[in-house]
Amino acid sequence: MIPLNYYLILSGILFTIGIIGVLYRRNTLIIFMSIELMLNSANLTFVAFSRFLGNLDGQIFVFFVMVVAAAEVVVGLAIIVNLYRHHKSISADRANLLKW
Amino acid sequence: MKYVWLIVFFPFLGFLINGFLSKFFNKKVVAFIAASAIGLAFLCGLVTLVKLLAYPPEARSIEITFYSWIKAGGFNIEAGFLIDPLTMVMVLVVSGVSFLIHIYAGEYMEEDPGYVRFFVYLNLFVSMMLTLVMANNFLLMFVGWEGVGLCSYLLIGFWFEKDSASNAGKKAFIVNRIGDFGFLIAMFIIATTFHTLNFKVVFEKAPQMFQVGSGLITAATLLLFVGATGKSAQIPLYVWLPDAMEGPTPVSALIHAATMVTAGVYMMARCSVLYALAPFSLGVVAVIGCLTAVYAASMALVQVDMKRVLAYSTISQIGYMVLGCGVGAFAAGIFHLMTHAFFKALLFLCAGSVSHALAGELDIRKMGNLHKKMPITHITFLSATLAISGIIPFAGFFSKDEVLFETFMSHHNVLYILGLIGALMTAFYMFRLYFIAFRGESHVEPELEKHIHEPSWRMALPLCVLGVLSLIGGWIQLPFFHNLKILGGFLSPVFHHAHEISKMEEASVSVWLEGALMTLSLIVAGLGILIAYKFYIKNPELPKRLGEKFAGLYKLLFNKYYVDEIYQMVVVKPLYNLSEILSIAVDQAVIDGSVNGTGRSLMGVGGVLRRTTTGYVQFYGLVMFLGAVILLLWNLF
Repeated sequence: MIPLNYYLILSGILFTIGIIGVLYRRNTLIIFMSIELMLNSANLTFVAFSRFLGNLDGQIFVFFVMVVAAAEVVVGLAIIVNLYRHHKSISADRANLLKW
Repeated sequence: MKYVWLIVFFPFLGFLINGFLSKFFNKKVVAFIAASAIGLAFLCGLVTLVKLLAYPPEARSIEITFYSWIKAGGFNIEAGFLIDPLTMVMVLVVSGVSFLIHIYAGEYMEEDPGYVRFFVYLNLFVSMMLTLVMANNFLLMFVGWEGVGLCSYLLIGFWFEKDSASNAGKKAFIVNRIGDFGFLIAMFIIATTFHTLNFKVVFEKAPQMFQVGSGLITAATLLLFVGATGKSAQIPLYVWLPDAMEGPTPVSALIHAATMVTAGVYMMARCSVLYALAPFSLGVVAVIGCLTAVYAASMALVQVDMKRVLAYSTISQIGYMVLGCGVGAFAAGIFHLMTHAFFKALLFLCAGSVSHALAGELDIRKMGNLHKKMPITHITFLSATLAISGIIPFAGFFSKDEVLFETFMSHHNVLYILGLIGALMTAFYMFRLYFIAFRGESHVEPELEKHIHEPSWRMALPLCVLGVLSLIGGWIQLPFFHNLKILGGFLSPVFHHAHEISKMEEASVSVWLEGALMTLSLIVAGLGILIAYKFYIKNPELPKRLGEKFAGLYKLLFNKYYVDEIYQMVVVKPLYNLSEILSIAVDQAVIDGSVNGTGRSLMGVGGVLRRTTTGYVQFYGLVMFLGAVILLLWNLF
């Protein structure tokens, strides 16, 4: 059996990639994908711990996360579409009106 | 007796009805409501008097409490009315005279756009004045005291579009506040010493708790007297009364002659027990009263405005009342208060009638020989003039003579002589007024001459009633015969305690002495009239020559001893400058500065911090991430 640590390390790597993607990339679609990556890294830990501890709570949580992620995709993509219609671009730097 | 509250209630009801519903009435109805409200109060007063007379004299002091007004620990103030002979005299004088003046004003104010407002204020005034005289404790009295002050302010400034009127109103109010301050402190002293403000309790406890001449009572009575100098226009706070003549004439007659200004005298009579315990205060009261009587009379000698002469004469006459209180003859003071209410109200109403006929003219140099065209006004004015000058058998003779007699009997010889000099001047300036305005040659402008007319019955009737009262009002207190002193006998239970304390026994006065003093004051009054006659009828050039000869004195008197100017310089200007300094140095610099400074510093901090809000969503993400990391590390280590 693959030890728990391997899963956790993989999950950490995925999460870091996601963070960096959110903070560095300017393309909102990529940012969006990076967020999904972070969510799924969390899912991975849930499943790993569920298996390791021998109860199903973590797996149930994964379903919840998937549902929330799906809902988030709906809202998020709608925002991106509107952003594009407004600015003719989906760069995150263009949407900087919410400031002093 | 339960229903005495109606006396105060009716005028107040009139105030409410006219104040809120006058839209639906025409002028006649308004005047009718206002006058009938006062008339009903007067009737209630008469009924109460009859009921009171049914009691034996010692029991004629009935307190009716309505509810517990203020209750704090052991301190309890019960709002209610105190019905005793003194109250009854005041109630009847106030409501009776104001009833007549309401009838008079119904026509006098006919043309005024503020007709309704006038009667609303007037009714409120009467209800406040009645509260003042009927109150059973100092606090309720103070409510009435302030209430009449407010109405006085409103009515002096009745024609507030005129600068002089609104200024006069302000002056009256502010000067009165100084006096009220004394009243308030006196009230605090009484409340802390006796733990109550109820008249009966205080006056019962005071002789038991304090010796004659105790410092505390002296302080309290002196402070009460400060209140009285404000309201009753005595030295040094008299300055507001002459200016108060800016108000409509019925107001001058009612408030600034007959009723409100005598509130101070009433208050001192009410506190007669306290004053009897403080001989020093009594001395001060007597001296101030006498000085005011002479001083104000001297200013009246040369004034040319009819109402102003009467105003100074009012101050002077109140001085006599105060003198009466000061020598311990409270009944004499109240007696003079009553007769003065009749003849002085009448004098003012006559002045109103004259100015009505002369299109508002009040300068006596532009009058003259009015007696032919205005017979009723002339005869009533003459009656009041004889009364105030002290000619037997008019009302003023008996009351003023009694004040002077009591002054003499209490061995205040200097004050007695000053009082006689005041009486001489009174007779002179009143007959000067009479001769210039009603006799001699006419100086009326020809244009106006044609319009001179006698007023209609609504104005003439009060004149006649008051004219008769000026004649017979003094007959309820005749000298010589003890059982003919009806008023004195009626009032004696009220002042009984005060006389006991100061050990004023009814000295058996020889009839000869009383008669001699009476003749003396008659001679003095006659002399005053004779001089006036010489000056203004026989030899009209004489006053002018005298005025030129004693130009300095004349100017001093004409400018009222420059007291207004001195007050302006000594009190008003420094206060004004101080306020200016405080406004700039404290208000604008410190208070505004700190308030604005707080706002400005917050804005500065905000201006720096707002730079962190970049608008870049990834920057926010980074901060959030770092925050999460910090929290995580914090938890781990």
